[in-house]
Amino acid sequence: MTSHVSHASAGEGDWIKTSSHVCRLDNILSPSSAAYLILDKQRLSDTVVRLTLHAPLVALNAQPGQFVLIRPTERSERIPLTISHADRVSGAVTVIFQEVGHTTRELGGLEKGQSVQDFAGPLGTPSDIQRVGTVACVAGGVGIAVMLPVTRALKAAGNRIIGILGARNKSLLILEDEMREACDELAIVTDDGSYGEQGIVTDALAALTQRDRIDMAYAIGPLPMMQAVCDVTRDQSIATVVSLDPVMVDGTGMCGGCRVRVGGDVKFACVDGPEFDGHLVDWDSLRSRKAGYREQEQKAREASEEAHHA
Amino acid sequence: MPKREHLPRTPMPEQDPKQRATNFDEVTLGYTPEMAMAEASRCLACKQKPCVRGCPVNINIPEFVRKVAEGDFGAAAEEIARANALASVCGRVCPQEEQCEKYCLMAKVNGAVAIGRLERFTADWHAAHADTNHCDVSDREPLDQKVAIIGAGPAGLTAAGDLARAGYKVTVFEALHEIGGVLRYGIPEFRLPREILDREIESIRSMGVDFMTNVVIGKTLTIDQLRESGFDAIFVGTGAGLPTFLNIPGEDLNGVYSSNEFLTRVNLMNAKDFPNEGTPVRIPVKAVVVGAGNTAMDSARTALRLGAQEVHIVYRRSRDEMPARAEELHHAEEEGVQFNLLVNPVAFLEGDKGWLRGVRCQRMQLGEPDESGRRRPIPIPETEFDIEADTAIVAVGQSPNPLIRSTTDGLKTTPWGGIVVNEETGETSIPGVYAGGDAVTGAATVITAMGAGRRSAISIDAYLKALRENNNKVSE
Ligand SMILES: Cc1cc2nc3c(=O)[nH]c(=O)nc-3n(C[C@H](O)[C@H](O)[C@H](O)COP(=O)(O)OP(=O)(O)OC[C@H]3O[C@@H](n4cnc5c(N)ncnc54)[C@H](O)[C@@H]3O)c2cc1C
Ligand SMILES: Cc1cc2nc3c(=O)[nH]c(=O)nc-3n(C[C@H](O)[C@H](O)[C@H](O)COP(=O)(O)OP(=O)(O)OC[C@H]3O[C@@H](n4cnc5c(N)ncnc54)[C@H](O)[C@@H]3O)c2cc1C
Ligand code: SF4
Ligand code: SF4
Ligand code: FES
Repeated sequence: MTSHVSHASAGEGDWIKTSSHVCRLDNILSPSSAAYLILDKQRLSDTVVRLTLHAPLVALNAQPGQFVLIRPTERSERIPLTISHADRVSGAVTVIFQEVGHTTRELGGLEKGQSVQDFAGPLGTPSDIQRVGTVACVAGGVGIAVMLPVTRALKAAGNRIIGILGARNKSLLILEDEMREACDELAIVTDDGSYGEQGIVTDALAALTQRDRIDMAYAIGPLPMMQAVCDVTRDQSIATVVSLDPVMVDGTGMCGGCRVRVGGDVKFACVDGPEFDGHLVDWDSLRSRKAGYREQEQKAREASEEAHHA
Repeated sequence: MPKREHLPRTPMPEQDPKQRATNFDEVTLGYTPEMAMAEASRCLACKQKPCVRGCPVNINIPEFVRKVAEGDFGAAAEEIARANALASVCGRVCPQEEQCEKYCLMAKVNGAVAIGRLERFTADWHAAHADTNHCDVSDREPLDQKVAIIGAGPAGLTAAGDLARAGYKVTVFEALHEIGGVLRYGIPEFRLPREILDREIESIRSMGVDFMTNVVIGKTLTIDQLRESGFDAIFVGTGAGLPTFLNIPGEDLNGVYSSNEFLTRVNLMNAKDFPNEGTPVRIPVKAVVVGAGNTAMDSARTALRLGAQEVHIVYRRSRDEMPARAEELHHAEEEGVQFNLLVNPVAFLEGDKGWLRGVRCQRMQLGEPDESGRRRPIPIPETEFDIEADTAIVAVGQSPNPLIRSTTDGLKTTPWGGIVVNEETGETSIPGVYAGGDAVTGAATVITAMGAGRRSAISIDAYLKALRENNNKVSE
């Protein structure tokens, strides 16, 4: 028996190459399809890596704003990474990540032709892509990778996109070309002025709101950056979506470890999010919960550095 | 020699409490063949078999016990396997005192026959001595029809095994990266060693069941997509994995865990071996566990084994209402867990930089019985006191996860999220889709989940048989 599965295509943008095709589930519904082979690996900067993996089941229903839980090896932690691109035809899924600690370094150490142990998704609620007019997409650091699929989808839905990218310096700026293509206008700021304007993204955003009517903002990046963007947009009543990154374990709503406080309510970022109304987020609570394993993370980093040097 | 029914229950050897509270090895050590035969010989072989009534999967208890008494352990194992695919698990974790052993005639004489321990002994003996690790393989011709099982807990595993044995092509879809459900991520290895669980799963795999891990139904694939892709019937055994929090101040402090998170980190992710294993867990110095069910006992005893100096159970009712298995309560007490009964937490207290420093509690008294028939705890004014703690674990219940119901049109659920089924058949509101276990009942027991998996497997077999016959008629 041959079986076909059809897909919704609203708001996907061009990140999924086909919009309305059918694919054969039988072919990918076999345990052998679970070898999450690395098809391609590229370094975007000293610490940022792009991996494309064979994961047809994840590609099947993936939408912008969703993420995967990945375990590089059988001893690894389960860590969330945003789906940067998914191709339903080939079954390839791309993630872009920064090597910040033990697990992301383990992942960055894998090469094309190797496999990751586990790769589960797509998880989380997809971005709510609407046509609203002009959208400011403000992204910092590796948050640019998380922003890219959302930006493409917003663009495809007919919005005018003004991108603002921030990085500490030129060498840490990633995906400039891709973002330039996805945006109608793009501003770049660096902390040290080594590229674009010298400054931080909120300066650029404040200038932009003086000049243009902004209907909505997206802010994705380090927590202080998202919080600062929300401070700017709150004053001007610009609805702002942020993508939160609390510590996760299962990613399916089972452990509650990813709980965040939004508008006074407890939400599980892995199922209710990761995107939330930035004006309602309790940033202090998120900041402290994110630091909950700092000592142990340090220990793991040291252990992996030792292993690396040995 | 005294009459056999006058002999007391044969005790089971255990690790010394002091020692075991520092390791993750199994607490109870199991019967020797001699002990098993002695215990089995206490059975009166009652004609009415009252014990069988108390077993949700109706194991023919007197029959298997008789075979144990005779020393024919292989035959005893076969007898059990007819009714129970996870015997060495149930022998360890069933709340026997509420089930089979509750109805045992010997309970009133000199202590119930230790049915659970005998079941455990038999299954372990069989695994150690038999050439194959399962008792019977497919008893039917292979069929073309395909069944999808969602969730690899006891309900799903039982349904999968039964349907594979009946000849169907069975694929199990599991959200996590490992198989077993709560048996893997919830119940600690000092109660259910991993080798035992692996062995039971291997025996189901060897019946031809395919397992696909990392597939979250409702996200990776929907139930509709499973149907479109050629599964003729579906069984939903997704459990009750959604943790309940207390909704009191301070619950998002660092150091406050749901029992699910705490146990998952330790059991599924092996956090006790951090940093060799990637996942950390907070090593408690003083821990407070809220609740008194199996989950609470497991959390408390796990905290001890991670090295906690002090572990408190805080429970708002009295000893009589504690829902945990009697044996677990007893073991927890022996290991030094401290019980604070008629005490309710009212706030988690913040210490340094968002970290927990203690739990504020209030004393309670019991009032009139509530809907559940248990006496309702009422706070006593001005009785607040603090328990110092750097770790708190909230173990006050779980409910079904909304992922499936929110992505499946036409699937009827109760107001609290349980899937509505015909109790006899496990049929849901969608033809061809069945459900059972905690996803239907809310948090219950391993063996009731297995019983539900089995009943659904029987109905699915009948449903698919009818489909086959219909198709044959059409093609004739
Ligand atoms: C929904 C979501 C999407 C994300 N998408 C991306 C992405 O596309 N690219 C990217 O580079 N990063 C992304 N992250 C962050 C990424 O998960 C962390 O950088 C990674 O887990 C760090 O692990 P580590 O062991 O390398 O570092 P560690 O040294 O262990 O930790 C460094 C920091 O990462 C965070 N972290 C640690 N463990 C976890 C965990 N299990 N879950 C979540 N955060 C954790 C903590 O805040 C910690 O302070 C995302 C996070 C979330 C929640
Ligand atoms: C800590 C703890 C201790 C316990 N101790 C005992 C005990 O001693 N004795 C006893 O009898 N009972 C005990 N119980 C209860 C018992 O474990 C459960 O009643 C039983 O496991 C329920 O089985 P189940 O198959 O319905 O669900 P589960 O065991 O919960 O399994 C459900 C499975 O489905 C998976 N799943 C969920 N959603 C999806 C999805 N959308 N897609 C794919 N997969 C999904 C889950 O990851 C999980 O693996 C305990 C429970 C806990 C939490
Ligand atoms: S399965 Fe459980 S209830 Fe049934 S006989 Fe065994 S221990 Fe008793
Ligand atoms: S009730 Fe007890 S004594 Fe009677 S047959 Fe069952 S196990 Fe044996
Ligand atoms: S990561 Fe466990 S509930 Fe969100």
